[in-house]
Amino acid sequence: MLKQIVAVTAINLKSIPRRFWLSLSTVVAVALVVMVLLSFLAMSAGFRRTLASSGAADVAIVLRAGARAELNSVIARDQVRLLEDAPGVARDAQGKPLASAELYLVVDGIKKTTGTKANLPLRGIGESGAAIRKGIRLTEGRMFAPGSNEVVVGKSLLREFQGFELGRTVKFGTALWTVVGVFEADGSVFESEIWADLPVVQSLFNRPNTFQILRARLSGPDGLAAMKAFNDGDPRLKLDVKSEQDYFSEQSSQTSDLIQKLGWPLAIAMAFGAMAGALNTMYSSVASRSVEIATLRAIGFGGFPAFVGTLVESLLLAGIGGVIGAVATWLIFDGFSASTLGASFTQVVFSFRLTPALIGQGVALALIVGLIGGLLPAIRAARMPIVQGLQG
Amino acid sequence: MSDTSLVRLAGVSKGFVKGKDAITIFERLDLAIPQGDFVAVMGPSGSGKSTLLNLLGGIDRPDSGEIHIAGSRIDTLSEGQLSQWRAATIGFVFQFYNLMPMLTAAQNVELPLLLTRLGKAERRTHVETALKIVNLADRAKHYPREMSGGQQQRVAIARAIVSDPELLLCDEPTGDLDRASADEILGMLTILNRDLGKTIVMVTHDPAAARYASRTLHLDKGHFEEKELAA
Ligand SMILES: Nc1ncnc2c1ncn2[C@@H]1O[C@H](COP(=O)(O)OP(=O)(O)OP(=O)(O)O)[C@@H](O)[C@H]1O
Ligand SMILES: [Mg+2]
Repeated sequence: MLKQIVAVTAINLKSIPRRFWLSLSTVVAVALVVMVLLSFLAMSAGFRRTLASSGAADVAIVLRAGARAELNSVIARDQVRLLEDAPGVARDAQGKPLASAELYLVVDGIKKTTGTKANLPLRGIGESGAAIRKGIRLTEGRMFAPGSNEVVVGKSLLREFQGFELGRTVKFGTALWTVVGVFEADGSVFESEIWADLPVVQSLFNRPNTFQILRARLSGPDGLAAMKAFNDGDPRLKLDVKSEQDYFSEQSSQTSDLIQKLGWPLAIAMAFGAMAGALNTMYSSVASRSVEIATLRAIGFGGFPAFVGTLVESLLLAGIGGVIGAVATWLIFDGFSASTLGASFTQVVFSFRLTPALIGQGVALALIVGLIGGLLPAIRAARMPIVQGLQG
Repeated sequence: MSDTSLVRLAGVSKGFVKGKDAITIFERLDLAIPQGDFVAVMGPSGSGKSTLLNLLGGIDRPDSGEIHIAGSRIDTLSEGQLSQWRAATIGFVFQFYNLMPMLTAAQNVELPLLLTRLGKAERRTHVETALKIVNLADRAKHYPREMSGGQQQRVAIARAIVSDPELLLCDEPTGDLDRASADEILGMLTILNRDLGKTIVMVTHDPAAARYASRTLHLDKGHFEEKELAA
């Protein structure tokens, strides 16, 4: 039986050149489906990774109770004072708490690629704001001087938006600021931000004594629990304390879920189209091979090899389409940089990321298209009445 | 009489339904063909010659009646059993050769052997022998498109005899060939019948072709009228 199946499948596949253009159209249709799916999934994965790499497990963040993002959080000055001295907060060599109260504002920027306006995050950070975060390195210039109208910018922001080159003057609100440094942050969301000295931001934007978030380095593995207990036990606080890692993964799951929820239905809708195309191609294939199929059956070959051969042809065409789609997506999009609105309605710059697991999903979808598109034609091939088939 | 017959049809009826009309091709047809016979079947177009051959080859089924061939009653076999029976018993030769265009002559001839237990080396010697019988040993590696119609039909004959079936069924085997090629093919069939003892049933429109057979059956309006060939 195996000899039969191998021989019939080989005859079947060798006849594909006769149906070259039709077969090619199936390959292309499947490739497009896979490209659409994979570009959405790569976008989602890239976004998730950018946010995941932003969060550290040993940094706690504090927001107003119920605030899911910084922009709608407020913390008062005395709450900041209390929390800086909370148990669980690490201290530096001088005994000062490693904590940074921050103010997070939205300013305008111009996207380089489209020339359109976009919201950019301007963050006023405390003295230890840079030290608390992991992987912050200045790649150009220097840190802003305390008390001055100076900013440092993340390198993704510099790449995607106009006018943030070192030494340039930018206008936010009514004040002018000078770019004195560029930093990188391990590919995290901070690379999409502008940082300045907190007191200067507070006064120039007329927001004295307001803070939106407190970041604190934790003293050890129990630090977070200690801070939470302290917060829960003091009626003046009642804020939300969580690890930075949890905060960012909550945020990323919302947006990357949304991207996936757009991507899959679109890809599946297209997959139905490709399936119809594959079905048509495979019915034509069976029709064009009917004399050969019937001749083999008359010689004594069984119907099952004709079924397998047809299905293999369908799977092969769809599989080739899947691989082409994956390779094309990879060539076009892997590492491709994009920006989108993050949870605080500011731009987050991230890269598309095509992982082997995603490619596996794309090829699996292609094979499902091939399987379903080939099934009925394969059954027709197996059941074709021999006399009718011989008449062509 | 039935004991010595390779082919025996008893009360075979066969019709087709075309839209609303039901047409009857055969009604209670009886036929016996002895082992080693070479029968030509002639008759007007649409008289049921191909249908008869399809019934004998087990690729079509009668509406009623019995078909016994080489000791098996085939009208009651399942599809799977019929396939195996065909592989062992029948060699088909078609008007348009029906070779696989993507396979060489040798690969085409090898196809029926893939249904046997023969190993690769044995299959190869069988293929060589069959191609030698049809005088195409030198064309083993050629593709059908590289051969004339007569040569392609010889490859098809090699394919039909390679697994040594008892009964050859040929539907207008020379219908698409010029006189010289046709005579060559018919000469070959005569040799297969006379020297290798193959029983042959050949449908033809060509009286010259029918003269190669040992007798001719005329099929008309569902019945046979036999003419013995004067020697
Ligand atoms: N599958 C089918 N469905 C309906 N009618 C059929 C079918 N096959 C054959 N027929 C009809 O049965 C009759 C006999 O057909 P058959 O092919 O056996 O004739 P034939 O003697 O071989 O004719 P020809 O000399 O033209 O080849 C014809 O009227 C044909 O139209
Ligand atoms: Mg006919």
